[in-house]
Amino acid sequence: MEATTYNYKVVRQFTIMTVVWGIVGMLVGVLIAAQLIWPTFTEALGPLAPYLSYGRLRPLHTNAVIFAFGGCGLFAASLYVVQRTCQTRLLSDGLAAFVFWGWQLVILLAAITLPLGLTSGKEYAELEWPIDLLITVIWVAYAVLYLGTIMIRKTQHIYVANWFFGAYIVTIALLHLVNSAELPWVLGGDASGLNWWKSYSAYAGVQDAMVQWWYGHNAVGFFLTTAFLGMMYYFVPKQAGRPIYSYRLSIVHFWALNFIYMWAGPHHLMYTALPDWAQSLGMVFSLMLLAPSWGGMMNGIMTLSGAWHKLRTDPILKFLITALSFYGMSTFEGPMMSIKTVNALSHYTEWNIAHVHSGALGWVAMITIGSMYYLIPRLFGREEMYSTRLINVHFWWSTIGVVLYIASMWIAGVMQGLMWRATNMDGTLTYSFAQSVNNLYPFYYIRLLGGTMFFAGMLLMAYNMWKTIAAGKAVDDAPIPEAVHA
Amino acid sequence: MIDYAASDFSENWHYYIAALSILGILFSLWVLRSQTTAKLAQGEKAEVLHYAWDGDLQELNNPLPRWWMYLFYGLTFFGIVYLVLYPGLGKFAGVLNWSSAGEWQAEKNAVDAEFNKVFAPFKGKDLATLAADPTATGMGKNLYMTYCIQCHGSDATGAAGKFPNLTDAHWLFGGSADEIKASIADGRMGEMPGGLAGDEQGAKEVAHYVLSLGGKPHDAAMAAVGKDKYAACAGCHGDDGKGMPAASFPNIVDDAWLYGSSVAAITETIVKGRIGGMPAQMANLGEDKVTLLTAYIMSLSKK
Repeated sequence: MEATTYNYKVVRQFTIMTVVWGIVGMLVGVLIAAQLIWPTFTEALGPLAPYLSYGRLRPLHTNAVIFAFGGCGLFAASLYVVQRTCQTRLLSDGLAAFVFWGWQLVILLAAITLPLGLTSGKEYAELEWPIDLLITVIWVAYAVLYLGTIMIRKTQHIYVANWFFGAYIVTIALLHLVNSAELPWVLGGDASGLNWWKSYSAYAGVQDAMVQWWYGHNAVGFFLTTAFLGMMYYFVPKQAGRPIYSYRLSIVHFWALNFIYMWAGPHHLMYTALPDWAQSLGMVFSLMLLAPSWGGMMNGIMTLSGAWHKLRTDPILKFLITALSFYGMSTFEGPMMSIKTVNALSHYTEWNIAHVHSGALGWVAMITIGSMYYLIPRLFGREEMYSTRLINVHFWWSTIGVVLYIASMWIAGVMQGLMWRATNMDGTLTYSFAQSVNNLYPFYYIRLLGGTMFFAGMLLMAYNMWKTIAAGKAVDDAPIPEAVHA
Repeated sequence: MIDYAASDFSENWHYYIAALSILGILFSLWVLRSQTTAKLAQGEKAEVLHYAWDGDLQELNNPLPRWWMYLFYGLTFFGIVYLVLYPGLGKFAGVLNWSSAGEWQAEKNAVDAEFNKVFAPFKGKDLATLAADPTATGMGKNLYMTYCIQCHGSDATGAAGKFPNLTDAHWLFGGSADEIKASIADGRMGEMPGGLAGDEQGAKEVAHYVLSLGGKPHDAAMAAVGKDKYAACAGCHGDDGKGMPAASFPNIVDDAWLYGSSVAAITETIVKGRIGGMPAQMANLGEDKVTLLTAYIMSLSKK
């Protein structure tokens, strides 16, 4: 029998976990920001201290915010949007449950293995081979679920948000498989079998570095950009009550974004052993990337034309539009930083940290937070969130938090870069490395303050969500309307 | 100089990479071109596409924003020009024949020429004059802060038991201008074999004898027993304990004790031996910098 209701259960599960993992991931971020000021304060924990050392918490932070917070947000949004815009129920409820519980298991395993120091040592892909295999299985299930739902859609055309989610799902599969190619040590000579979880990369030397940054930059490109653009393409027009600004623009920036992003990875390896031709190519494509990136920003912001007044009163829309502004800013900054001469100053400094967080907090987190505020009341049968005023407070805490964070790290980064390259008239370095570290203190304090504000905002959100859920009731009977054909 | 560009490719890879890069750019241009339409006329409204999703989701079909379209064309044009001028398309080296190694070499040649001018006024001056010249010792200090502080410390007082103090009046390998310069230029190797005086008791007796040679407080009875065993030490340190600075064998009757002057420390030195080295700097830094460093060290030392 044809399903007549949407599957909101899996969306609800992922939505709640988005908030939970957001709190966990950002708390770890606050912790490591504090460790940079007081490097030994976790040593008071005695035998637990090694598990909370900076080197182990840092990958836990990145994995938790990207794949747990961001990942759950994307699962929630994509599985909601694909149903609503295809006007059909998910392909399979069982597969949906498998994807949810499987992904939570991956997160749990990450939260255990990373503090234990079990890592393959690849940035943003630290998890060891058994977990890599688990991720592959879950991702295939997700792809079948998502793409299968598109196949059985009742609408004639595929809505633009789904193009972006589709590109993200296909590309992340490719990236994960290529980058995580590794040889488990038990197959490669470890006779004892005691280190059965350990593996070594299939690549070596500069090729390994290039594969890692091809993956790393496209994780930014397809996980943190393309997928969240998919989110944007549904929740911005819905919340604004306006049609998408330009279908043409979405075609051009979608295809250009996908084609050009793939090449930009080498800009992470400027002035290294990577051959000159690869560095140049990375820079050229990174610069061209500015246009398709801004295409997405324009299409989102211009969708608001005719509804600008809503920004004054609607904090959810404030989150969504501020996110787009930060997206525009980071995607301008990125191409600039890929220019070799700029990169010579910015690379290895806190400027990178500023850039990453203007994207991660300003864009990814804010678009997710806005979208979740849109979803929560609808999933629990409420007209709106428990408190709109609290959303507004959350918005301001987040915005001020991000600005403090990135402004302090920009200044710190430029200062570092200039101190490192300053030379005396006899060619010696003007500053020792330790002096440049010492000068970071004031900026580290400001960053900790900014990060803590952003984190505190997530606690407000959790409270607001809790009260909304307590007053509501899980919706499992949302009816699927008849698709309108042209 | 190594030709970095040439070795990366077998013939087919070169064409593959170059073709893929060019096709990527052409594809983007084609998509952009295909969606380029005329501007809306004055007062004309953008068309609303007639499908709707999820109730009210619709799309307008505004033309591409003009400034954005020109930005895209401009960036693509820049990219193409860049790939003609610089390496990027496989092994094609670019019209400018630029390479990062070449740029580095040119930059290094330029700064070397600059710095040689800075060092020129000090050439040929004798070390004592330079040690009294604040400009020379200032530069010497910069060099010291770059190359020497890792071991001798930012205040040059070294680290007890590991690296010598350069600010006191004691010198293991001689404190004259030429000897200090030789220490920096050619390095020093201090190697004392262990176990020459028998067991720990024997070593302790020798330690007391060594202290007695230097006229320091000691146990006379132990020293008397140690005297015979000291014969094993005299080959390097001499019967009188003054060593042979020229051969890097230290004087052990003065107050310069890198590894400590207590009975326990001397005993440990005799039992286990010691090994320490100062790396030679001449090949790395060159005559000018070694000279200025010597002048700075001389200015630190309490004569």
